[in-house]
Amino acid sequence: MADFLEIDCKLEDIIPEKTRKTRTPQFKQARTVRPAPPRYRNEISKYIILRNEELCLKCGKCVEICPQGVHVKSLGYKYFAQPHSHLCFGPVCEKKGCYCITACPQGALRIQENPMMKALGDYRWPAEMILATWKMAENGECPSEDYGYDFETGKSEGGFDRIRFKFPDRPPVELKDEEIDTSIELNRRHDGRARIRIDVPWYGGGMSFGSVSNTTQLSKARAAVAWNTFSCTGEGGFMERMRPYDDHMITQVATGLFGVREETIQRVPIVEFKYAQGAKPGLGGHLLGDKNTQAVAKMRETVIGISLFSPFPFHSVYSIEDHQKHIDWVKHINRRALISTKVSTPNDVDMVAVGSYSAGTHIIHLDGGYGGTGAAPDIAKKNIAMPIEYAIPKVHNFLMAEGAREQVTLVASGGIRNPYDVAKAIALGADGVVIGTVEMVALGCVRCNRCSAGRGCPRCIATTDKTLAAKIDLEWGAQRLINTYNAWRNEVVSILRRLGLRSVSELRGRSDLLMHLDYTNVVVEREA
Amino acid sequence: MPEKYHITTKPVPPRRPRIGKYGIVDWREDCARCHNCVKKACVYDRHRDEIKYIRDLETVDALFFDCMGCFSCVQDCTKNLLCLTINPEYEKLGNSYWTPEIILTTWAQAETAKIPVSGAGYGGKFSGYGFDSMWTDMSEIVRPTRDGIHGREYISSAVDIGHNSSFLVLNGDDVVSPLSPILSTPMPLVIDRIPDKYALPKLDAIIVETAVKTGLITLVDARKWPLAGVDADKCLPHIAFYFAAGAAMLSEEILKKTQLAEIEDDRNVKSRIRALKQIHPGIVVAVRVELTAGGMQRAIDLADEDVEVIHIVADSNGREIGSEHPMFIKDMIRKVHRSLIENGRRDDVTIIAGGGIALPEHMVKGVLCGADLVSIDLPLLVGLECHLCHQCGDSHTCPAKIQEISLSYGVGRMTNLISAWHDQLVELMGAMGMRDARRLRGDVGRAMFFEQLEEEAFGRLFGNRLQA
Repeated sequence: MADFLEIDCKLEDIIPEKTRKTRTPQFKQARTVRPAPPRYRNEISKYIILRNEELCLKCGKCVEICPQGVHVKSLGYKYFAQPHSHLCFGPVCEKKGCYCITACPQGALRIQENPMMKALGDYRWPAEMILATWKMAENGECPSEDYGYDFETGKSEGGFDRIRFKFPDRPPVELKDEEIDTSIELNRRHDGRARIRIDVPWYGGGMSFGSVSNTTQLSKARAAVAWNTFSCTGEGGFMERMRPYDDHMITQVATGLFGVREETIQRVPIVEFKYAQGAKPGLGGHLLGDKNTQAVAKMRETVIGISLFSPFPFHSVYSIEDHQKHIDWVKHINRRALISTKVSTPNDVDMVAVGSYSAGTHIIHLDGGYGGTGAAPDIAKKNIAMPIEYAIPKVHNFLMAEGAREQVTLVASGGIRNPYDVAKAIALGADGVVIGTVEMVALGCVRCNRCSAGRGCPRCIATTDKTLAAKIDLEWGAQRLINTYNAWRNEVVSILRRLGLRSVSELRGRSDLLMHLDYTNVVVEREA
Repeated sequence: MPEKYHITTKPVPPRRPRIGKYGIVDWREDCARCHNCVKKACVYDRHRDEIKYIRDLETVDALFFDCMGCFSCVQDCTKNLLCLTINPEYEKLGNSYWTPEIILTTWAQAETAKIPVSGAGYGGKFSGYGFDSMWTDMSEIVRPTRDGIHGREYISSAVDIGHNSSFLVLNGDDVVSPLSPILSTPMPLVIDRIPDKYALPKLDAIIVETAVKTGLITLVDARKWPLAGVDADKCLPHIAFYFAAGAAMLSEEILKKTQLAEIEDDRNVKSRIRALKQIHPGIVVAVRVELTAGGMQRAIDLADEDVEVIHIVADSNGREIGSEHPMFIKDMIRKVHRSLIENGRRDDVTIIAGGGIALPEHMVKGVLCGADLVSIDLPLLVGLECHLCHQCGDSHTCPAKIQEISLSYGVGRMTNLISAWHDQLVELMGAMGMRDARRLRGDVGRAMFFEQLEEEAFGRLFGNRLQA
């Protein structure tokens, strides 16, 4: 092989450094947490405080007693401002001796659960998880326990929502937060290509220009820069405006091949082949006509206003050998790039993963059926392919059995909603995760599911409508994501500290640290 | 390429005000009358629609609920006067099985004939009761064909009803073995009789017209024939008469224009089948078996008695009838299917399964579990804006005023719904890499079951699953 290269190709011509890189100076983004308050005037709260103005003496006792500043009476004003219910801890204040409801001498205050909580969110993303994510995006920290937000699990009654960590009373090793490493390696093949290490065990999933706004894409990219991780272009092409972020971008080669050119492949350190996606396994990408605006159509080299349904799958790939040809093609065009292969989770996902490894991929990305941010037929969301909770241990164990586990990075997506899901996915066998929906929620998404058509997202995130997109400020958007990443990392560190683990890599495959609420949790040897 | 099955559709808007999931509660008494009120900024103009709706209202019998639930106006009102809630009318729709989500999505499909599409991923429960405890498998690489956008144009959704000969005896080019009558239907779906408690005038005629338009077969109670306003020559090929026990036969002239008949199960099944075949040798005869405690065994026994088609029917929620701990239709189909395979009779008989088929994925999953095709009734009624409130059964006025519908409205809505179901069948078959609906039957290799996945993935990690 070496002889062949020396004679015909000149080895020096194919070394990774020879690949053309962007000459655009790369954007610098500090990892600093700064307040990024919500864009909307009225925050949604778990509790609401109601004041009976007829009974209220305006004595100000409530203002004095509340450490959270829920009650506000400005100097010189006779009446109170509306209670800042979003700051309220609720009945937990009673134990702390700062409960305004009982402190009011007139009994003029009343507290009740906000009826809007029922209308916000869904089983997978309950209202409390959304509110907690908003707090993380605002302050860079997980909300204090006093808020009583149950953001560690959803209400889907299965999968991650029934799995818990078995935290010991005292960690086996006392560790300080600074001693804990959350970085993961993306290239384990030792094939001469770049060793890329990201500082957090996740990167941003693919959301194309067309599905989300320019601002949303750039916010994601800036957060990736700040946290030395990656964001992904999705399949809608690679905007020129993204050049300053090239070193932290993954460009996607999907079945529609929208905007895929040699030049775009050469710009990035990681190229992702998207075979399937969790939002609609077995179907190609959907971009409905209303969102195919002039800018989107230009990027995708299509006609304005027509719905774009990407084919499924690659019509040039009908075997692992065909897949290998694809990988070789990209490896040849970009000699420094790592290859990620994104697949969904069919029953034979373990075979697909091993096949992909043998074809030369560096990262196997499993996208489970319950995730996704883009437009998808409702029938595809629940009914096709298995949830990621099943797929991760299946693939991890099979790769172990095949002796390939240490040569490939396994990342999982499709329902990773909070730092506990990250840790659970890793304990089940993944090296890291890919996130998407949480970034949308951090930017203000309420999961109303209206991102697919018309003007797109009424919360101005997943839209190509210029007027709507302009309502989100890029600096603000980037900061919300940077803050969320910070909160997540802190929580992952806290989980590792409580388990006595020095690095997130030590957590990989440690399912013995997990328990399932629906099982005996007494492991019995099963027949092969 | 052979001519493809295609249903011509056009939008049929609802007659009644929409019942959306969300409602905005508006505390107007404290309103600051901002001239740039947040309501005007509604991305989907729902507040303007509401004003128009109220202005045009003739009778106040339904409020306007078409909010998208984005919270934008709620969160931006300068006086914090708006509140978003779940519409109580929405919560009242259907029942625990026919959930409000099912009712709403059925209405949307009956209106537009489109596959419901939305963003932001899946928001439901991890798994659930009945059909929600299984997933269809998808193929990462194998596709129906290499051609076309998805290869969908090559997917055949047709299935056969009747006894399939397992081999042919030839004499030269002539087939000398006896051939049983068989008929094809363009998708694995039969329209069942609407239960009597929902009986409404015109409904039978609408269903028959829908069957003609969609090319499907519908069951019609023989006692109701002739149906008023129905063109017999046009409709009879799409009608399968249902003969209750003791019901009189129809005339030879009528029967000979049909392809399928169904009889109620009783002790005289064989003689009644013989009687029908004597009148019309080309007819396929199905036996309807209610899935009571002995229903499954009866279905298996009937297959041994050379019955061509067995229509097993659970209750409208898919449950075994009259049982304290009822099995679900999915499990009953699997049990019957497996028994027939074990007895070597599976290819001799067509199984139609009904009861609890509420969504297109139930049709696909029912077939994957082992039915050849499924039967539906209530989804078509829901398509006519029925709330499944059962008020009609109690002789109260129908809140959806279904008794007032026109033929074109009814046929249009039902046709749209069937078309949307067909498109979703093709969508799932495309994802599974399947080209022929006939091959879906009992292909559990293309399905994944909750219990099996839990055991495989979590059994070795967490031990035994606790019983609920």
